[in-house]
Amino acid sequence: MEKVSIVNLQNIAVSFDGEAVLKDFNLSIDDGEFVTLLGPSGCGKTTTLRIIGGFVRPDSGDVFFNGRKITDLPPHKRSVNTIFQKYALFPHLNVYDNVAFGMRVHKKSEREIRAKVGEMLDMVNLKGFENRNVNLLSGGQQQRVAIARALANEPKVLLLDEPLGALDLKLRKDMQVELKKIQQQTGITFLFVTHDQEEALSMSDEVVVMDRGAIQQIGTPLDIYNEPKNAFVADFIGESNIIDGIMREDFLAEFSGRKFRCVDKGFQPNEPIDVVIRPEDVDLVPPDEEHLTGVVQNVNFKGVFYEIIVDVQGFKWMVQTTDCEKTGERIGLSIQPDEIHIMHKSEYSGTFGDYSTFSDEMDEDSSPLPGNGEEA
Amino acid sequence: MKSKSASLPYLVWMVIFIIVPTALVFVFAFTDKSGRFTLQNLQGVGQYSNVFLRSIWLGALATVISLVLGYPLAYIISKARASRQNVLIMLVMLPMWMNFLLRTYAWMTLLEDSGIINHVLNLLGLPSVHMINTQGAVVLGMVYNYIPYMILPLYSVLTKIDRSVVEAAQDLGADSRKVFLRVTFPMSMPGVISGVTMVFVPAVSTFIISKMLGGGSNLLIGDLIDMQFLGSAYNPNLGSAISLVLMVLILICMGIMNQFDENGATEGGVMV
Repeated sequence: MEKVSIVNLQNIAVSFDGEAVLKDFNLSIDDGEFVTLLGPSGCGKTTTLRIIGGFVRPDSGDVFFNGRKITDLPPHKRSVNTIFQKYALFPHLNVYDNVAFGMRVHKKSEREIRAKVGEMLDMVNLKGFENRNVNLLSGGQQQRVAIARALANEPKVLLLDEPLGALDLKLRKDMQVELKKIQQQTGITFLFVTHDQEEALSMSDEVVVMDRGAIQQIGTPLDIYNEPKNAFVADFIGESNIIDGIMREDFLAEFSGRKFRCVDKGFQPNEPIDVVIRPEDVDLVPPDEEHLTGVVQNVNFKGVFYEIIVDVQGFKWMVQTTDCEKTGERIGLSIQPDEIHIMHKSEYSGTFGDYSTFSDEMDEDSSPLPGNGEEA
Repeated sequence: MKSKSASLPYLVWMVIFIIVPTALVFVFAFTDKSGRFTLQNLQGVGQYSNVFLRSIWLGALATVISLVLGYPLAYIISKARASRQNVLIMLVMLPMWMNFLLRTYAWMTLLEDSGIINHVLNLLGLPSVHMINTQGAVVLGMVYNYIPYMILPLYSVLTKIDRSVVEAAQDLGADSRKVFLRVTFPMSMPGVISGVTMVFVPAVSTFIISKMLGGGSNLLIGDLIDMQFLGSAYNPNLGSAISLVLMVLILICMGIMNQFDENGATEGGVMV
């Protein structure tokens, strides 16, 4: 299937009260995809959404919709609809009239409206709720009304601004599945904003990781998780041990005083690098000369696994394991070549990826001791 | 138990100052000078039906004008920056800190045939306009004195309307006119209702404004009642009967008003 760009942001810059929120921001969203903007609060993801919705005018740059420039178009003339953070249902209207609002504004016939509202309420499992007062619905039900109301307008793109933020965990999971299902059924492009990385990974076709008003990485959930571009992405998506290292040659990295075989290439000889190793990718072995060794500092039971903190030459590793280890025990860490991910140094280097609780121990990790140990 | 004993002082207050006086009005309205039961007072009210009609007409006119003038102002204030809102609201309330009589007196000196306004008109070479002692002057006095009671509840309802609800309406395709007609105005209904009530009730029963700005020819119910208790036509029984009829009329008006709110917003009216 040919991918067609439906929303296109070009060279967008926005600042509020002199503070830059987005800087030279470029993003293209393909038709029919479930795209998630993921990032910490204040990264500019909601602003991006509001620019597409028409509620924020960029200081510079342009917004294109289906190839047409819509930068100056007011919100009510755009064929996108939004699901707001707190649903923003009309409190003076019942469920039926809320869902019918957009169609009434567009002067559809009452017969057409009745059919469509029925169809929408059916889709979000709210049949029979037509005459209910929206103020008396539960959070999850209000959420469904908001979805039905937005989709009743048959938008080309649906913008979702942290729509699940106010729901409890169980309901959140159910709604994630439901939203994904609705997106696949309708084929409407979803642009979803969240700060929850798990939510982003489980729902999206494509994830846009943002921080400080700039895109850090765009890719499929798998790409983002397995091949993070920099220390920020590696830390924000899941848990990561990020270790200072040096790329000696293709497929050979040195960190923690040892040389490791890896699967990455294309770096300058002896280039300083960030090494990412996911906590679940470390195998625990008896301590010996062949492996990195460290002392177990902390053990946390997490249900399916234990999360343990291992002190290796002052650097605190996080390891997820199903084996129960004891605090103070000396253990070896075994890492396979394909579980080592190498990244170029970035502005985020050194700020993430060490699980020490004391800031004065941070300094130690930046000076790896020279060693000859090599991991097969 | 606790809330019961805490409400006792209020109960006593209500009995002494609300229940008993109301009961007294009832008793007076249905008795004659010697204390015997009679319906004559109530029958006597009928002859003043023109005064009732005039009061209700002028009160309603003042209420509508207050609403038409007050709504845009309340809307503008609610959209202003937070720091400016406080200043503007204070300006709305400022006249209320001045004595009511004094304010109405001031209007007399402005509106008189040889008053300030006519003086200025003459200076500009324009003919004098007769303003004092007209119904227009009475309505002006009502609007001037009671419009803050319209603006304040409207303002407090309008500021509470969530910005995102307005955005949702725009998002669904409503232009600014439709946003106002379909969202902002319906959602401000509780404020409209309390504003209308708070202007209409005192305007209908006022006696000072009509006395000072309306002259003798624009008698209102308030003046009539005033005359029965303090004036030349001393007759508290008839005065009570008129009060009773007025009370019933106001209750009916309020009942009709509240019907509008029934299926409207659920976030109860805000009394300031």
